[in-house]
Amino acid sequence: MKSYRMTAPGHPLRTLLIAGAGLAVLLILGLVFPSPWLRDTMTSLFASGLLAMSLHLLVGYSGLVSFGHAAYFALGGYVFGMTLQAPGYVETFGAWSLPSAMLLAMFGTGGAAFLVGLVCARLSEIYFAFLTLAFQMLFLSLIQGFVGYTGGDQGLTGGIPRPAFLGINVTQSWDRYAFCATVFVFGVLVIRLITESSFGFTLRMLRDNEARVKFLGINTYLTKVICFTLAGTLASLGGVILAIFTSAAYPEWASWTKSGEAIFMIMLGGVNTFLGPLAGALAMRIIDDVTLLYTTHTELAKGIVILFVVLVLKRGILDFALDRRRSRADRRANRDRAAAHEKERADVDS
Amino acid sequence: MLTLDHVVKRFGGVVATNDVSLTFPNESLSAIIGPNGAGKTTLFNLITGHLVPTSGSIRFEGDEIAGMKPAAIVRKGIGRAFQVASIFGSLTVEQSLAVAVTAHERRAFSLGGAFRNHTIRRRTEELVDLLQLNHVAQRISGEISHGDQKLLDVGLALALRPKLLLLDEPAAGMGPDERWQMMDTVKRLWKSENMTLIFIEHDIDLVFQTPR
Repeated sequence: MKSYRMTAPGHPLRTLLIAGAGLAVLLILGLVFPSPWLRDTMTSLFASGLLAMSLHLLVGYSGLVSFGHAAYFALGGYVFGMTLQAPGYVETFGAWSLPSAMLLAMFGTGGAAFLVGLVCARLSEIYFAFLTLAFQMLFLSLIQGFVGYTGGDQGLTGGIPRPAFLGINVTQSWDRYAFCATVFVFGVLVIRLITESSFGFTLRMLRDNEARVKFLGINTYLTKVICFTLAGTLASLGGVILAIFTSAAYPEWASWTKSGEAIFMIMLGGVNTFLGPLAGALAMRIIDDVTLLYTTHTELAKGIVILFVVLVLKRGILDFALDRRRSRADRRANRDRAAAHEKERADVDS
Repeated sequence: MLTLDHVVKRFGGVVATNDVSLTFPNESLSAIIGPNGAGKTTLFNLITGHLVPTSGSIRFEGDEIAGMKPAAIVRKGIGRAFQVASIFGSLTVEQSLAVAVTAHERRAFSLGGAFRNHTIRRRTEELVDLLQLNHVAQRISGEISHGDQKLLDVGLALALRPKLLLLDEPAAGMGPDERWQMMDTVKRLWKSENMTLIFIEHDIDLVFQTPR
């Protein structure tokens, strides 16, 4: 028998090139259509897209349903905003204030996610989900309680200073759009590299069969903690984008409904495809905007669409499209096999 | 290599294993025989750390392993396949074997591209050949036949290059011909991998006619 040869893995350079092409498309889109509406819509989509895609690392790749993921999105926005509003910060760091505040937001949120992960990863399934929700409520209470620092119910208003750096002035529409698009593509690229890494496949194993993973000598607790930390850190980038965009941060970002929205985005776009959550975020945005042309009952429209997806498609939009493509390919392969078989028989008969 | 000394496991008032003392020599092929409910799988669960013995000692290569976590026991060199194939249903067969090899190579947490390492690829290819899973290597594990899933389960354990391999009813749920084929495969693996192999079976004919 011929020795087996394993399928060649995709080259990481290909992923980098695709990310570069994606960024180029977003920048060209912003240049060709310089409408403030498009740029603003896209920027808020970058934020919600990163929230959904980072949650997908937990829900889709690891099988860990977190009900409290928005806490890290909000934490990113708040740490970023509070750092830049801190007296003397901008004067001290000057042009590097914004990037350093971004890094602080990422690492600060990552640290918080790590500590919460240490506790939550001890549990699984519904207990894990509700514990993440409990921590989200705790974060929300802290945001609402420390009025002097966070602005309480009013949010972090008064404007976040956003000094220009390297010639990029995010107070201007084009610069802001281009910068947020770059941060978004960077976030998506990091998520992609994680999912295609050895660790990404460990996460898939965890989702499929946690008990078996233990019998491969892998520490499943540590795997969950690392995944939780990475997902929280990447969600914070979404919060930073929204804080840059709104020049503020609001407690609603840390509410359980925001986490619910992210889960809806994943369900709507598809759990089994990498870009599913992004497609879900886009679909949610379209539903919101189209509904608002006629009525303010956006939640009703979302509910109807989700019912349609769950009851009729029985899977997310991209999952549905992928399954259709696969079944078409299977049918074509079966037809080809049957035709080859018929030809063989005809040759034998003749 | 493996020594069980007066091992007892109680679940409340039920005694699942009662004062079991056994020794399995290095590179031996052994079977544990008994009717359903005799405590065979419980014994495997005790050896692999899934359960903690109520009393008694389990020593592997001289080290006490009773009460250790399954992952730590695996790292000592004990692999296991299950009565109901325990696989990763959404991964392809080659991906499943490759991730198991990756785990053995201590790269499960690596953020580098998956399956790019030459050693991992070569060992995965070896396993596919050894288990004769070439025809399903690129198919989703959850969609292949029961017999192939059982082989894959064995492959996941073999990927760890175990010194001791425990197979829980490797031929369970198979037709008569498939059962003999499976036992031939077990014997072939035992010889080629130079390991100690213990399997559970309740069909005495199958055990005594599996040539050593």
